[in-house]
Amino acid sequence: MNSFLTIAMPKGRIFEEAADLLRKADFRLPPEFDDSRKLILEIEEENLRFILAKPMDVVTYVEHGVADVGIAGKDVMLEEERDVYELLDLKISTCYLAVAGLPNTKISDITPKIASKYPNVASSYFREQGEQVEIIKLNGSIELAPLIGLAERIVDIVSTGQTLKENGLVEYAKIADVTSRLIANPVSYRIKEKRITEIVDRLAEIVNQ
Amino acid sequence: MTKPFMFEKPLGMRDTLPLLYETKALVRNRMSVEIKKWGYQFIETPALEYYETIGEASAILDQQLFKLLDQQGHALVLRPDMTTPIARVAASKLLKQQIPLRLAYSANVYRAQQREGGRPAEFEQIGIELIGNPSISADAEIISLLVDVLKATGLKDFKIAIGHIGFLQELFISILGNEERAAVLRKYLYEKNYVGYREHVKSLPLSSIDKQRLIDFVSLKGEENTLSKAANLLEHETGRETLQDLKELALQLKEFGIEEFISFDLTLVSHMSYYTGTLFEVYANQVGSPIGNGGRYDSLLEKFGWNTPATGFAIRMDRLTEALGEIKETEASECVVFSPERRKEALDFAKEKRERGINVTIQEINALENVDAFTKAFHEVHLYIGNGGARSE
Repeated sequence: MNSFLTIAMPKGRIFEEAADLLRKADFRLPPEFDDSRKLILEIEEENLRFILAKPMDVVTYVEHGVADVGIAGKDVMLEEERDVYELLDLKISTCYLAVAGLPNTKISDITPKIASKYPNVASSYFREQGEQVEIIKLNGSIELAPLIGLAERIVDIVSTGQTLKENGLVEYAKIADVTSRLIANPVSYRIKEKRITEIVDRLAEIVNQ
Repeated sequence: MTKPFMFEKPLGMRDTLPLLYETKALVRNRMSVEIKKWGYQFIETPALEYYETIGEASAILDQQLFKLLDQQGHALVLRPDMTTPIARVAASKLLKQQIPLRLAYSANVYRAQQREGGRPAEFEQIGIELIGNPSISADAEIISLLVDVLKATGLKDFKIAIGHIGFLQELFISILGNEERAAVLRKYLYEKNYVGYREHVKSLPLSSIDKQRLIDFVSLKGEENTLSKAANLLEHETGRETLQDLKELALQLKEFGIEEFISFDLTLVSHMSYYTGTLFEVYANQVGSPIGNGGRYDSLLEKFGWNTPATGFAIRMDRLTEALGEIKETEASECVVFSPERRKEALDFAKEKRERGINVTIQEINALENVDAFTKAFHEVHLYIGNGGARSE
């Protein structure tokens, strides 16, 4: 039986590349998919339902099992540490997590401050380096923080490095490579194993071309 | 700290209101009847235990423990599972009387929530422990009992995935050479990170055949011939004995007639170091997390001074009731509404009904603001009001 499956898709930057990949793997996504404001889209002939979520939230929907599988950035997986299967590297939305700051500066010895959208990643990175730091959580435009003196370093994703450059910041260290991953809920992966394995195989064929 | 509102509760703590209470009581009853039929005896242990004994021996992560201090300053924990307290009781008392021991429990356990709501920090577990029997027939017995217990609740659509930590371990060591390297790969499986697993395997200084064996290993799950596929991965004798044990287990489960609920999944790693042999998880449709799990934990009793093998399972009541949905079968309840002058008559009537085993609520009419709103929750209503006879509706 072709059981019903829910896929959580990230809105925004990753969405187009992800939709493109699904189409290449012969998923018949409706044309209105790309510019729809709807949050739930069903494709009855494929027994599929797509939900559109904030990239940071995809892992949450999948962990709680309201979506069976999802497409999420490795950055989000590192930050959230959710109990989900990471099945396939989709090799899209390539970027990396890095430490950046104003050129030729050192972090203070007493209370170095780090601004980031990824407080857990930042905290564990600096702990591994043996540095005791204070993390300031920001939700966007992280580059602003060192410019106006909120923090000495930032931890953020870098794709081309253009944003850093334009704001006069330099990269100090690379933390981890980031691409989008196909993830699955642990129970769905067991109960709907055949269906999910089939999706993994179809996508793997495109990705590894 | 701001003063909490009177209706607030600590994160993850939940109230059980009458409807859910009744459902839980019904499900619990069906399960414990079945467990007793298999000759397991129920026991209770205290909610508070010493951190140094139970907290440290438990499989639950330290940051998930609720810790507190007693008046003398000893660190205590609210029990995070029942297996460890039962191991303590068994080691200190019961094992001296009888081996093997068959024990059961239904109790609330406590695990702090790190991140957010949506998951309870206190929940009921129903489970059993079979202590002092190292044989495969013990594993087969508890898995069969698990199936019977779940069937008794009325649950139809469920699946048990069975793995074996020994097979994985032996295969990894035979290919990688030492425990240190095996632990790295095991961690990827434990974290469910297949992408990281494959990348790590690719980076290892191994022959392409060995790399392929490690990559093929992660597909050792599913409904068909997992065990014979596993046999193809083995090169030497290592791992064959474990595989033989699993085949024997599959055979015994077939003899119990429960093979339709079983699949083998040799990639299952539900804890970094706790389980020592077979382990399993139970899944139900519509519930995003396993509704139960279990396995063989042969080294736990050692921590309490007994070198005794043991195996067991625990079912999570909250997830099971979620999987069962609403249970229609509620007990019939009746109500007697009376005015003060006919109290005696009404009470006699209610007493006689109760003696026949019917649940009867008695309510004086003067205390009711809205009679209809009150009585509509009952299957039958008997009115003893004013002059004349009783009226039932």
